[in-house]
Amino acid sequence: MLESFADFFQQFAQENPRWNFIFFYEEKQAGKIWTGLKYTVWLSIACVIFSVIIGVIGAWLQGSNQRIARAVVQGYIQLFRNTPPFVQLLFFYFALGAFTPTYSPDGWLEVPIISNVGWAIISLSFFAGAFNVEIFRAGIEAVPHSTQEASESLGMSRLQTYRYVVLPLALRVSLPALNNNLVNLVKTTTQAFAIAVPELLYQCVTIWNDYPSAQYPAMLLMFVVYIGMVGILVFGMSRWERALRIPGYGK
Amino acid sequence: MTANSTWTPDQPIVSIKNVQKSFGDFQVLKGIDMDIQKGEVICIIGPSGSGKSTLIRCINALNDIQGGSIKVEGQEVHDPDLDKLELRKKVGMVFQQYNLFPHKTVLQNIMMAPVLVLKENKAEVEERARSLVKKVRLGGKEDAYPGELSGGQQQRVAIARSLAMRPDIMLFDEVTAALDPETVKEVLVTIKDLAEDGMTCILVTHEMGFAREVADHIYFTDRGVIVEHGPPNTFFDSAKDERTKLFLSQIL
Amino acid sequence: MTTHSNQNRFAVLKPIDTTRRMSYDPMTLSRSLGSLPVWTPFAALAVAAIWPQIVYAQTATGVDPIGALWRWAPFLITKGFLFNILISFLCLLLGTLGGLAIGLGQISHVKPLRWLCWGITQLFRNSPWLVLLFIVMLALPFELTIFGNTFFFPAWIKAVIGLSLPIIANISEIVRGAVASVPTTQWEAAESLAMTRRQAMWRIILPQCFKRMIPPWMNWYAILTMATPLVSILGVEEVVNLTRQAIEAEDNLPELLAPFYGFVLILFFIYCYPIARLTLRLERRFAVKL
Repeated sequence: MLESFADFFQQFAQENPRWNFIFFYEEKQAGKIWTGLKYTVWLSIACVIFSVIIGVIGAWLQGSNQRIARAVVQGYIQLFRNTPPFVQLLFFYFALGAFTPTYSPDGWLEVPIISNVGWAIISLSFFAGAFNVEIFRAGIEAVPHSTQEASESLGMSRLQTYRYVVLPLALRVSLPALNNNLVNLVKTTTQAFAIAVPELLYQCVTIWNDYPSAQYPAMLLMFVVYIGMVGILVFGMSRWERALRIPGYGK
Repeated sequence: MTANSTWTPDQPIVSIKNVQKSFGDFQVLKGIDMDIQKGEVICIIGPSGSGKSTLIRCINALNDIQGGSIKVEGQEVHDPDLDKLELRKKVGMVFQQYNLFPHKTVLQNIMMAPVLVLKENKAEVEERARSLVKKVRLGGKEDAYPGELSGGQQQRVAIARSLAMRPDIMLFDEVTAALDPETVKEVLVTIKDLAEDGMTCILVTHEMGFAREVADHIYFTDRGVIVEHGPPNTFFDSAKDERTKLFLSQIL
Repeated sequence: MTTHSNQNRFAVLKPIDTTRRMSYDPMTLSRSLGSLPVWTPFAALAVAAIWPQIVYAQTATGVDPIGALWRWAPFLITKGFLFNILISFLCLLLGTLGGLAIGLGQISHVKPLRWLCWGITQLFRNSPWLVLLFIVMLALPFELTIFGNTFFFPAWIKAVIGLSLPIIANISEIVRGAVASVPTTQWEAAESLAMTRRQAMWRIILPQCFKRMIPPWMNWYAILTMATPLVSILGVEEVVNLTRQAIEAEDNLPELLAPFYGFVLILFFIYCYPIARLTLRLERRFAVKL
């Protein structure tokens, strides 16, 4: 079955020289695509999770009484929202990366403790996180003060009130905007290419450098993968939105 | 509680002395005195803006005060070292806008604080919550969400939610003001049940008939002071102060 | 309980307004940039100037980042950043013309055309910009001969085309949305005056929604400008690429990395800030007049 699949595309490539789906029948190229897919998915998942965590913590700090904490969060948001994410990535990797300590696993090479994948995750998470802070903050503001007061008068601490009352309600308000920002984040993960993270785009570029005949198939594959990933994310988020819907409220 | 040692049940459970409260330049409470005994039902009435709601919010430390003292079971409420959690375990509060948590079912709303704050056993709390739902006559609505209930039903859930903390004192802040006239009665009946069980209740209310029937003592406040107070019959039938008479003639 | 009585009670019960959920605001960039106070870009520049000095004092390796930056800044701005701006202008031009055409195609009465334009819009809106850039880079030949004239496509021209694809798609959506926002009675009125659909569109409908399209259009210009450094990946010598070369020319000293990349960030910030202010002001002004 798998063999005939490979044979078909090998045959297909011979008949259509511009449509060489080499990654469907040559193990090495298939491995590249597979690795690229894994990196892209892993990068996306890690960044989504970290950016949401950053958003939650940032929104919590923005509501705190500490003026310094509020100012720091505000500065962070403005810096990351108002500059190109691509330059942020380069700044993190080259400028900050130059000052991170290194270790030597084999006594010969010096390896920085944060790899390029690590910097990509950090940089992209902080980029999307800056938007998430604002999204969650707006959601929190939509939760009436009186609801928080009720929770307080039941003896709940500020943290408990935030965790069990404010955040679950704010999340429901924030979901559509969060959805859009996360889609944007997944698309932005391609920029990790610039610091040689071996994600899907990177692998495709190496394939079409080696096999110009595989250009169109590789492009098609990328369209399918990215639009598919965005589609899955949008679908998952809308399912989640429906699952979180509170009976008796709104539509 | 340490401060409890000096307090005995025959002393006032809530003791308010010369309480001053202002928002900026605007003085809302200008020296309020009140003593409430255990098991008493107190109704505070008065025109809007007279500081009634502010007063009972101060009892729960939701608002702070600028002068005077409020003692609950002998414990000073506005002591900076006060453990607010200890206070709120003893003092339950029900709001005009119910303020239920909309993302939790009726049962979850009731169980939340005892499980989270008092760290009680979940199964026990659930049992208690179920009996509270029945007590406020909402049997069968355990798994409904607040948005699926009428205003009166929501308000009774809010009462049950406060009761689940097993408070010694219940504060009611104009709890029927936002309700449709036909659902007011079901909430009042619930409060009356509570009063008959011996719960200490402090109510801010506009329901004069209810106040007359249920209250042990009526306080009339106007412009931040207590103008007049007394048992319901004397208060309603032979008010002495002109302002009280005017208010009662307008409202009755 | 009937649903009707339920609906009525929402007015009283308002712990959270789930009907007014936040939808995504496509103008986020302009809103966040434009809401900053006027002094922030200048303060940012001051920090960028002082920061290298602090680093310099701490490391004390004899490196002078501020001096190096001072030497390189004119080159980086005139040869690099101005080129980014040129790219952004050309992309905007292509994107606006293409977006207008595709957007009008999306509301065409010819079904296949409508579907095609919808498909193009969705494809380019939802693909990563970098993927589109690479695809244009590879798909376009180096030269093209039409009617005996040979056109050359240097890398930067291809980059302009690649970057304009997402702009085309997004402007197409702006056009579609703006036309849809004009009340249908306007179409009917034009029709009753015996205008053709084309006449109605160009004489009646588009002039009405023109103003509405300007703020989101400018917002996309700011987003586009912020995206121009991406073309450095394709070897185009714009500001980020030249910055890297400048650092290399200064012996790759790590102390220079932060000030130089920080300088680039601030260049974009200073350029886009007034645009965002203007965008917000126009948005407010047009909103009142509608």
